[in-house]
Amino acid sequence: MVKIIIKNLKFWYGKKQVLDDINLLIENKKITALIGPSGCGKSTLLRCMNRMNDLISSSKIEGNLIYNNKDIHKDYEDVSILRKQIGMVFQKPNPFPMSIFENVSYGLRAAGIKDKEILKKIVEESLKRADLWDEVKDRLDSSAFSLSGGQQQRLCITRALAINPDVILLDEPCSALDPIATAKIEKLLIKLKDEMTIIIVTHNMHQARRISDKTIYMLDGKVIEYSETKSLFVKPKNKLTKDYINGEFG
Amino acid sequence: MVKEKTKEKFYFNIFRICMLFTIFILGFILLYVIINGYKVINFRFLTTMWNHQDITQGGIFPAIFGSILLGIGISIISIPIGICTAIYISEYAKENYFTNMVKISIRNLAGVPSVVYGLFGLAFFVFLLNLGTSLIAASLTLGCMTLPWIITSSEESIKSVPNSFREASIALGATKWQTIKKVVVPSSLGGMLTGSILGISRAVGETAPIIMVGATFYISYLPTSPTDKFMALPYHLFILATQHSSPDAKAYALGTALVLISLTFIMNLGIFIIRYKLRKKKEW
Repeated sequence: MVKIIIKNLKFWYGKKQVLDDINLLIENKKITALIGPSGCGKSTLLRCMNRMNDLISSSKIEGNLIYNNKDIHKDYEDVSILRKQIGMVFQKPNPFPMSIFENVSYGLRAAGIKDKEILKKIVEESLKRADLWDEVKDRLDSSAFSLSGGQQQRLCITRALAINPDVILLDEPCSALDPIATAKIEKLLIKLKDEMTIIIVTHNMHQARRISDKTIYMLDGKVIEYSETKSLFVKPKNKLTKDYINGEFG
Repeated sequence: MVKEKTKEKFYFNIFRICMLFTIFILGFILLYVIINGYKVINFRFLTTMWNHQDITQGGIFPAIFGSILLGIGISIISIPIGICTAIYISEYAKENYFTNMVKISIRNLAGVPSVVYGLFGLAFFVFLLNLGTSLIAASLTLGCMTLPWIITSSEESIKSVPNSFREASIALGATKWQTIKKVVVPSSLGGMLTGSILGISRAVGETAPIIMVGATFYISYLPTSPTDKFMALPYHLFILATQHSSPDAKAYALGTALVLISLTFIMNLGIFIIRYKLRKKKEW
């Protein structure tokens, strides 16, 4: 089943074209990895999916992104509804300067939920889903900055889970973390894919190989190859993909 | 290697001498005021009305009272407008020619001499709006003068909030206003209030503008309405130091100066406490 359809997507920052005619079908309840060298447009593509690029005034977009039979750019007058369904986790852990509880409940509170009991219940559920509950249950009121880097990033994932998204976008979520923290996040993502569609941008090809079902290789704003992760890494069809995964450049 | 070490020492000492020089000047002023002013400070000096005939028989209470009222007036006028303007400029306004002109103008306004604001206040608030020389006219005039300081420092404070906080909030489906209300303002409030109080304590120490728009050297009553004239510490101090014939005037001027400095010090202490309380939670 297809979750997101990307049709003839082109994207510009000012005069610079960053994405060139992207056509993709993102599958439901799978982990799709986006790999490619720096500046190839993988983060930009990810940010088109929840319209984070709207924040950049000089950007221009052409083509369509279809999610649940709706055009992401044309059929969502209230973009916050889209962003509640398509959550995002960023490169650097970016918890708010608030308590752990306030961080996790932020999205719910922004959605207008005020009932303390409901908030408590969802915060606990979300932390359990992200395997963070046991580590923080005794200090929900302490600052999120008291957590380690890896815990902070898992808190950011929890924060996104709390609003129960359908798709979750991760932009190099482990690049600032050590291998142990990375392994915990990878395990969590594999667990979460039973419930939601996951798209992850990663610099780390091994990571893509370890966790993803499908891999997209991008170069200079174009999709070079998109196939099952196994076949892409074992038997790349395109020479450019082969050069990249063999470490000849990138 | 040896040469590098001497160089290192040389520059280090230059910086140290500059620092010591600054401390020396500040320390000298403070000591001068304290040593020469503390003698006249007593309960009567601080709490009774001014006695124009025999200054040793009266106090400067009306001037303290006037300056405090002025500070409150300035705060009410300039803090909300200043902070809201800063939020608009840094969060909502689009980056374009007009916005840049507004920003540059505000920065230039921050450098306009206070006496010019006094002249503007006299023409606009006192005469055109017919407020007369009064507490309200002085508050409005100094409020206008403080605005660019508050806007500039609040802008800096808002700018120092990492963009990743805004992105995280937006990505969780929060609107722009929710992001500002729940993330940006709480994270920058300490800096905004610090800038505001600093600006207000500078404004309360101003003399030139308030002479034109409402301060008077001597009134026998405390102001009870915003349209009353008022006494203020800096102007009082100026008159005592330059105009009064009493042989004790100089000592009283220094005593007044000490009270004014203490008032500023108390305000700065307030800033310190606010910063400390807000910083506990906000480390990034």
